[in-house]
Amino acid sequence: MTETIKRLVDGNEAAASVAYRCSEVVAIYPITPASPMGELSDEWAARRDRNLWGMVPQVVEMQSEGGAAGAIHGAVQAGTLATTFTASQGLLLMIPNMYKIAGELGPTVVHVAARTVATHALSIFGDHSDVMACRQTGFAMLAAASVEEAQDMAAVSHAATLRSRVPFLHFFDGFRTSHEVNGVTPLGDDTLRALMDETAIAAHRQRALSPDHPVIRGTAQNPDVFFQAREAAEPFYEACPAVVQDVMDRLGGLTGRAYRLFDYFGHPEAERVIVAMGSGVATARRTAEHLATAGERVGVVAVRLYRPFAIAEFVAALPPSVRAIAVLDRTKEAGATADPLFLDVAAALLEARAVGLGAFGVRAAAEPVLVGGRYGLSSKEFTPAMVRAVFDELARPQPKRRFTVGIRDDVLGRSLAVGPDLDIDDPRTTRAVFFGLGADGTVGANKNSLKIIADESGAHVQGYFVYDSRKAGASTVSHLRFAPVPIDAPYLITSAGFVACHHLPLLERMDVLAPAAPGATVLLNAPGTPQQVWDGLPQEVQQAAIDKGVRLYTVDASAVARDCGLGRRINTVMQTCFFALAGVMPAEVAVARIKDAITKTYGRRSEEAVRRNHAAVDRALEHLYRVPLPDAVSADRCRPPPVPQEAPDFVQRVTAAILAGHGDDLPVSAFPVDGTWPTGTGRFEKRHIATEVPVFNADLCIQCNKCAMVCPHGCIRVSVCPPEQLADAPDGFISLAARGMDFPGWRYMLAVSPGDCTGCTLCVAVCPAKDKANPRRKALEMRPVAEVADTLVRDFDYFLTLPVPPRDRVPPTLKQVQLFQPLFEFSGACAGCGETPYIKLMTQLFGDRTVIANSTGCSSIFGGNLPTTPYTTNADGRGPAWSNSLFEDTAEFGFGIRCALDQLGDEARALLTHLAPRLDAALVDDLSAPKADEAGIAEQRAQVAALRGHLQAMGDDSAAQRLAALADHLVRKSVWIVGGDGWAYDIGYGGLDHVLASDRDVNILVMDTEVYSNTGGQQSKATPMAASAKFAIAGRPMTKKDLGMIAMAYGHVYVAHVAFGAQDAQTVTAFREAESYDGPSLIIAYSHCIAHGFDMAHGLDQQKLAVNSGHWPLYRYDPRLLAQGKPPLEMDSKPPKAPLSTFMANETRFRVVERTDPERFKALLATAEAQSRWRERRLRFLAGFSPADAAE
Amino acid sequence: MDLSTRYLDLTLSSPLMPGASPLAADMNTVRRLEDAGAAAIVVHSLFEEQIVQDRLSVLQATEDPAESFAEAISFFPKSDGYRLGPEAYLEHVRRIKAAVDVPVIASLNGLTPAGWTDYARLIEQAGADALELNVYFVAADPTVSSAAIEDRVVDVARRVKSAVEIPVAVKLSPFFSALHHLVRRLRSEAIDGLVLFNRFYQPDIDIEALETTPTLELSTPAELRLRLRWLAILSAEADRTALAVSGGIHDVGGVLKAVMAGADAVQVVSALLRHGPQRLAQLRADLVAWLEEHEYESLAQARGSMNLARCPDPVAFERANYLAALTGWNAANRPLDVL
Repeated sequence: MTETIKRLVDGNEAAASVAYRCSEVVAIYPITPASPMGELSDEWAARRDRNLWGMVPQVVEMQSEGGAAGAIHGAVQAGTLATTFTASQGLLLMIPNMYKIAGELGPTVVHVAARTVATHALSIFGDHSDVMACRQTGFAMLAAASVEEAQDMAAVSHAATLRSRVPFLHFFDGFRTSHEVNGVTPLGDDTLRALMDETAIAAHRQRALSPDHPVIRGTAQNPDVFFQAREAAEPFYEACPAVVQDVMDRLGGLTGRAYRLFDYFGHPEAERVIVAMGSGVATARRTAEHLATAGERVGVVAVRLYRPFAIAEFVAALPPSVRAIAVLDRTKEAGATADPLFLDVAAALLEARAVGLGAFGVRAAAEPVLVGGRYGLSSKEFTPAMVRAVFDELARPQPKRRFTVGIRDDVLGRSLAVGPDLDIDDPRTTRAVFFGLGADGTVGANKNSLKIIADESGAHVQGYFVYDSRKAGASTVSHLRFAPVPIDAPYLITSAGFVACHHLPLLERMDVLAPAAPGATVLLNAPGTPQQVWDGLPQEVQQAAIDKGVRLYTVDASAVARDCGLGRRINTVMQTCFFALAGVMPAEVAVARIKDAITKTYGRRSEEAVRRNHAAVDRALEHLYRVPLPDAVSADRCRPPPVPQEAPDFVQRVTAAILAGHGDDLPVSAFPVDGTWPTGTGRFEKRHIATEVPVFNADLCIQCNKCAMVCPHGCIRVSVCPPEQLADAPDGFISLAARGMDFPGWRYMLAVSPGDCTGCTLCVAVCPAKDKANPRRKALEMRPVAEVADTLVRDFDYFLTLPVPPRDRVPPTLKQVQLFQPLFEFSGACAGCGETPYIKLMTQLFGDRTVIANSTGCSSIFGGNLPTTPYTTNADGRGPAWSNSLFEDTAEFGFGIRCALDQLGDEARALLTHLAPRLDAALVDDLSAPKADEAGIAEQRAQVAALRGHLQAMGDDSAAQRLAALADHLVRKSVWIVGGDGWAYDIGYGGLDHVLASDRDVNILVMDTEVYSNTGGQQSKATPMAASAKFAIAGRPMTKKDLGMIAMAYGHVYVAHVAFGAQDAQTVTAFREAESYDGPSLIIAYSHCIAHGFDMAHGLDQQKLAVNSGHWPLYRYDPRLLAQGKPPLEMDSKPPKAPLSTFMANETRFRVVERTDPERFKALLATAEAQSRWRERRLRFLAGFSPADAAE
Repeated sequence: MDLSTRYLDLTLSSPLMPGASPLAADMNTVRRLEDAGAAAIVVHSLFEEQIVQDRLSVLQATEDPAESFAEAISFFPKSDGYRLGPEAYLEHVRRIKAAVDVPVIASLNGLTPAGWTDYARLIEQAGADALELNVYFVAADPTVSSAAIEDRVVDVARRVKSAVEIPVAVKLSPFFSALHHLVRRLRSEAIDGLVLFNRFYQPDIDIEALETTPTLELSTPAELRLRLRWLAILSAEADRTALAVSGGIHDVGGVLKAVMAGADAVQVVSALLRHGPQRLAQLRADLVAWLEEHEYESLAQARGSMNLARCPDPVAFERANYLAALTGWNAANRPLDVL
């Protein structure tokens, strides 16, 4: 039976489809890039899709990957077929259980979208560092090299684990395979059934833990027997490769797709051979075949079964003619003799020679040269030109023993020089590249186009999508190939016949025409006439267009989309124009198919969306124009430099290159050796993503500073200064007499940075100052950026030159706190983000003395993702020091930092005491006493400077030198442990609990979005009842975990429940109290999020509703009050005024549940209401409970 | 006492029924209403605009942030899994139909031509015995004439009548300059009944915050008067359409006035929201007691007794302004060239 109809899927779906159908228990936990496998499994279970045995598998979300591994361990022990999906750090968390499962010969499959393990930095992208960390666990390891193979090897894994009893780790390359869309001939249920051995399943069931035939497993063994018992399993490993080959052969018989444990491709008498694993195989294979047709004797051995490593089969796969072998590892094992695949190949060849296997056994003279190369870390491109470079190296008399390819290593000189692009695609291949903006629907439309082309023309198609590292205003680049032959090209397009730019401003910061081939068709989404469009292009773009002789077209897709009620979603318009220009099918056929696709996509979801999109299709071509190319460049402006000229050297050399899209070209020497980067680079990148920005109507302003408080990106700044400091202010720079008595006679200023604004409008929403005659006009109003940007930039730049008010003069009121300089600015967070205002506030209050331990998640991505980062310094050079360890260990990580700071502080004070007799007594006294307020800290810093002077005078005294090095620790340091609910409620809860139970002075900020935001909206234990989220599509049936109550149970923990949008003053008070408390403090901060499903412009209103409806009570629990005989818990919100439903009604996460199943929603709502009231009453009861009550 | 009546081709045990409101959203309340003697259950409206809004907003909330960040290709489960269309409403109609023995009158507030007819058909298929069309447009567009607005109402009635077999009532607003003329046009489309009148959300102004606040107050007995006038006028027509009153019925006096003015059905909402479903039983008991006390043979005897054709002073219903010298004045004395 051969199945022939191709389906377009990505690697994750290809693997998950098999895993789901072959399993009974599926344990899941989100981690990039494997999350979609769990999400799909959950969706299939929610719609009651069946497995091969007619049952809906149990799909269970766990609190971490360690939990998922434990769950499948249990499920296997109890006799079910169990699976899980993961990557990177998640896989590392599974390792302890993997040893156990393998040691017990428990059949199971772990599917891995292989991803970089965090070292000097986190990376979400693909390489083999995670799977290679598991090669010692006893799991078999099977590699897939393409989307279709991800399906086929998944099937082989599930079948082979049952028969061999060896558990399997099935892996494919993260993103490159997991997210590539390609044609797959699906494996039907019958095919899978034919592979799955029912006898083996029965035997597995029979071995299960059961009180009906009990056994004991997991014993403790001693030196007398452990060793022998461990060896007892070895025959299963000996037998495993043959089982795998047999399953592959059966799969081949069923599908016509033949696989070997090691497959050889290329010249039959190759002399130079690459050994590789994963998607790199495809590139190497196609390049070798391309070169072989030109007579080059080159080939590739693809490793499929990496563990158990079958030496004889490997050697047999090598052509006897081989003279030189390059083993390519997609991982780096620092300090090892070589990277792991190389070591296996070297050992295999040695073994072959020793025992006389194959062509290498006896002919020592024929022993090939063996070298090892490293490529593709963190999804670094691996291209045909790089493969050729490797083959060229092998042809040298003495190839490099160890090399890298794909980078320029100018430190150790180990990298291979790579020649010009090598185009090995079938000449009939159509290649198209699309530059889009995240929210414009470009990627979705391109996935749609792939389907249309595949269905209509029968062509083979491939789609790969490159995303931005920022969340707001993110760009996307889509790479699409269509060809009459299968497309096995896992690398980006560098020469395209069609290039589209869906967002005109991208031309200002990206080399959009770089991938355009000579004579390519280039389509722009731009307003204006063709001449106006041409005139508006920067010189570089005009020059490239003329040099390449492109056919330039323009369409005002934004206007068409707007007129058709599609907002920013220009995808339909651009898709229609693409089909009209690309010539892949007749335009009228394309239009019909696009409309069909629209109907199919939206028909069940919204007839109105169908109507609007159909209208956009009909109007698109009416607005499509050819732009005639003149003979010469006419523009008088160039693309702006990526960073301003005043940026420091490192930013100019490194950051600017990354921003310009030339990060791949930076050599090794450009980089810090240990992952240490300068802070304060966010300000050098102006992204200009807002179309409207706030302008200041000074006549209305009441100087409340709420706008500055809520601005998620730190684009609105306020300050005060004496009038004389404004003497050099530019004409038109607005200042007002400072209100109130804090700064009599001073001037008040408000400035906006339009290049950093995302246009979220939160500032306008919060502004309370309305024009009485026209309340629509407020002290801030949104205006088109083009009209106001020049003035705003001039004023903002001038504003930044003004000195900030002295910290010790700023009173600690809500309003005046905003006069403190934010040391967190211009992050890549989503427009309207509900988390960043908390972090910004924290840096304003304590940033000059803070070390931040940041959990992995949104806050680590917008806080620490290159190219630029938002944490910055004040005029003294002080500011937050920031680090991210892991997702799960943040509390412990911050705790360790606290221990270190305490120790260094103690040591400094001990040295101070030791040296006291030689120092000024008053100075010693002042420096010995802890100071927490701004004046005290400023004073101590001055005293430290004075102390250093005294110490210098002591010459070589070792105690003085040591104190000089530690003197800064005499001034209070603040430790902030920062993360989201996924960390605090789930994966990191154990560590968080331990740190809360300590007496250390740490401040823990949990920004609770009630969902795993960064990985795309999976439920956490913070997800409220009745909310729909991934893994809880029908609405979470369980109550949200009450983390605050748990923490309060300790008694000695400062706890605050805050929502800045509801009561900003309470938030500020809580931050101050938490920081001043000498012990563990926990602030649980409500953070609205795009994963809640509403326009973030209403974020503050929703926060108010969350509080007013009782969803989010505001309170502070301060253990210090106990000593004063007062109740430690103080309620800051009034009893709920509105029903919970009013809060829920505005958010998609609740509304979809209500609309889908009103009865269920009503029941959940009633329970949630009851529990909310119960929590409220319990809190109020506690709030009235003082130590005196306890004494009675 | 015989309280029976004919409304929308349905023979009902009494004219009393809950009007379209959140009352019927809860199955428990529906059962209590039937127990309290509701002659029919009028279900709250299926709002096409709400469906369009829901679907578009969910699409926007789910699609806009999607496909832009490598770690989160989406932020919601695939929205194919959500039912945001009329399914829940139709299911609710089916459930009410299965739960009660009295007729079920569904209500529809359409938006698009296709929406009116498609949803009407679906409601019919769901088992509704009759359909109330909740037709109202705020005529804020200065380019749209009153004639055009009336045309839209008539067009909707025509479309729905041709789409379904079940009786169809049109629930009107009082804000038509020529209501009676409009009713004639609707009658020519063979509609089966009229509900007088709709009540609407009306924006209030928060004078502190300088904001508008949408509000819908419960009705007061005073609101009945407007309805009495039009019941009296419309029920006086020969070959008249069945009439229901909605808005301002709070006590038995109101019920009697409405019936005397010509109402075939009496819909109650605010009184039931305020006092609970049991209020309907009280109204029924009070109605019987009043009729018995006043020695009526049946309610039918009272129906239309005070309408324009039969009341002693018909001019009262037609007059907009109070005239001081009523005695000796009659219609024949009016000038002929009144504007």
